[in-house]
Amino acid sequence: MSYRVVHYINQFFANIGGEEMAHVPPELREGAVGPGMAFNQEWKGEAEIVKTIVCGDSYFAEHEKDAKAKVLEWVKAEKPDMFVAGPAFNAGRYGYACANIALAVKEELGIPVLTGMYEENPGADMKDKVLIVATTNSAAGMRKAAPVMAKLAMKLMKGEKLGASCEEGYMPNGIRCNFFEKERGSKRAVNMLLKKLAGEPFTTEYPMPTFDRVAPNPAIKDMSKAVVALCTSGGIVPKGNPDHIESSSASHYGEYCLDGVDVLTEATYETAHGGYDPVYANQDPNRVLPVDVMREFEKEGKIGKLHNYFYTTVGNGTAVASARAFAKEYAQKLLKAGVNAVIMTST
Amino acid sequence: MKLELGLIQIKDIQFSKECKVENGTLFVNADEVKTFVFGDDDVKACVKDAHFDIAKPGESVRITPVKDVIEPRVKVEGPGGEFPGVIAKVDTVGTGKTHVLKGMAVVTAGKIVGFQEGVIDMSGPGAAYTDFSKLLNLVLVCDPVEGVHQHEYEHAVRMAGLRAASFVGELARNVKPDEVKTYETYGIKEGMEKFPNLPRVAYVHMLQSQGLLHDTYVYGVDAKKSLTTIINPTEVMDGAIISGNCVSACDKNTTYHHQNNPVVEDLFAEHGKTLNYVCNIITNENVYLADKMRSSDWTAKLCRLLDLDGVVVSQEGFGNPDTDLIMNTKKIELAGIKTTIITDEYAGQDGKSQSLADADPLADAVVTGGNANEVIILPKMDKVIGTLDYVDKIAGGHAGSLRADGTIEAEIQVITGATNEMGFGRLSAR
Repeated sequence: MSYRVVHYINQFFANIGGEEMAHVPPELREGAVGPGMAFNQEWKGEAEIVKTIVCGDSYFAEHEKDAKAKVLEWVKAEKPDMFVAGPAFNAGRYGYACANIALAVKEELGIPVLTGMYEENPGADMKDKVLIVATTNSAAGMRKAAPVMAKLAMKLMKGEKLGASCEEGYMPNGIRCNFFEKERGSKRAVNMLLKKLAGEPFTTEYPMPTFDRVAPNPAIKDMSKAVVALCTSGGIVPKGNPDHIESSSASHYGEYCLDGVDVLTEATYETAHGGYDPVYANQDPNRVLPVDVMREFEKEGKIGKLHNYFYTTVGNGTAVASARAFAKEYAQKLLKAGVNAVIMTST
Repeated sequence: MKLELGLIQIKDIQFSKECKVENGTLFVNADEVKTFVFGDDDVKACVKDAHFDIAKPGESVRITPVKDVIEPRVKVEGPGGEFPGVIAKVDTVGTGKTHVLKGMAVVTAGKIVGFQEGVIDMSGPGAAYTDFSKLLNLVLVCDPVEGVHQHEYEHAVRMAGLRAASFVGELARNVKPDEVKTYETYGIKEGMEKFPNLPRVAYVHMLQSQGLLHDTYVYGVDAKKSLTTIINPTEVMDGAIISGNCVSACDKNTTYHHQNNPVVEDLFAEHGKTLNYVCNIITNENVYLADKMRSSDWTAKLCRLLDLDGVVVSQEGFGNPDTDLIMNTKKIELAGIKTTIITDEYAGQDGKSQSLADADPLADAVVTGGNANEVIILPKMDKVIGTLDYVDKIAGGHAGSLRADGTIEAEIQVITGATNEMGFGRLSAR
């Protein structure tokens, strides 16, 4: 039995007409129409387009809600293994429709989706949400796009792991994926430099990310009444690392009670961090998590109170997404416990 | 400065009664090498016991915990000797002739820190991630004297490895090389006259120097105590830079990487054709902000002083050194010199997080050695050289990494050289 695919195209590719016919509402046809034939040919019977949905680009843009509802209803009834939209090449509204309808099918129906378009098509803004194959800017590129899209769709239908964007032909979608290049890194760096020196175009292998910048909260006016918590990415844990926090790429954080603890000692605490020499942190864990000084401050009345729990993880090679998730969770605990300030130590 | 490397292909290593290199086979009398290794007072004081083993490509063998990998070389003509300032006396190396035992390495293994050593698989999926799986490895497994201080022990094992490699290198002194390669760079004026129309290019080589077991040594000098300076590329081929690192295995530069620096090799390949390879600029990766600012200022200053048109920048390690990488790149670009940089990524196991701890739009030409957080399953091997005791703890492992059936589930971070930031391997990511 072959995989069953529903294909979405616009009025132009269904041979209804150009801009003058862009107002046509969604229509359901049996089998493959227009570019769908090329996909069928590539799949050689392993998969087949069972239905084609045709919709005018203006209609989709002007009646997005209705158009989406109609398309979702038809796709749902068909229960296909895959939903393919386009490719839209450089047609702006068509690209927008392809990306949006594909996203709706993926999110509402949980069916794998794929579309294709030119990199500068406004629809390509959604490349992080929907898998989009990069095509040329005109329909003449169908011969090149069909095998790439067909192969990728087949992988999705079979549930196979996708390779890197540059191998598979999809637009980089923010998910970094390893693969082996043909040349070693040093050679690629020298070649890239030669291109840059000659003023020729080159493609970076990693476009620089933009970082979150967190604005600090207003200062606390009276520290002598403040409840202060200690948190660290320096990996200080009770001796033996009871929660097995990883030495790098931590998957969780630890929450440990400081009731009755005036000072961290070599016998009771240690670091789980694998990114720095642990000798000095193990000798005196207060060097990373300054419980001793905080207790002094507490006695001297410089701070109101040291919060009786500390939160700890290992920052070494730990994904930002993981770190954000940890903090999001324990920040709520700190708020709930009435903590006014946090000293976050790193290493 | 001109250096000839005489390459001697080693096709097999065998334990034997005598030590010699004959017809491409290295014969090793383990006791004899051991006696030489223990001839050093620090080794004697800190290493309780050591033994040798041999691992060959394709074998079902896992070497762990790996500290360093070293290529045996011997200086046969010209001043100085291998590993100047550490094994040989201080003298400027990088000219004359050096014999190299290709296709093999000395690997030091055994626990140093426990967190920060690596894995080399000689076969299976893990082997694809480390070029050391393709070498005949003479492995020196060390055990510490009870109660020895970690820093002293690291030094002792570092010396043990270098001594073993020097001993083996010496065996090739009178062997006729299979191939001779010549490398030459020129003085500033000489080079400009020779290649008036070629862009002037240097290699900005960042050395791990965060300290506390994250150190690199140049002619015996601890790199964290040095300002940014200039070195001839051929000097590093004679072991002028050595690794003293215990840090995540995937992107630390072993001594072998320094000896066979691929950026040096690939810049030489273009030297006189498409570019004029001027020199290497070595700069450190210290932890203090003032040091980072000073060192990157000096890097940019030297680039300008040398009237460079472009540089390749390579990093070592990740996280904290990302700031050094970006500072260097930014300042060099602002001096009007074009850069490409080599780094690796920590994008999370799902690949969805930002890959670097620092970034700047001027770093617009990046080569990546791949995402170190990628998870791999390493099958059980028939033989382990060293011990599996630290697999759960090393950077990239987790509790339960070593499964009951002997397989290992871990990030490729645990594999020595997997995401090397000199661009030694072909692994990349998009």
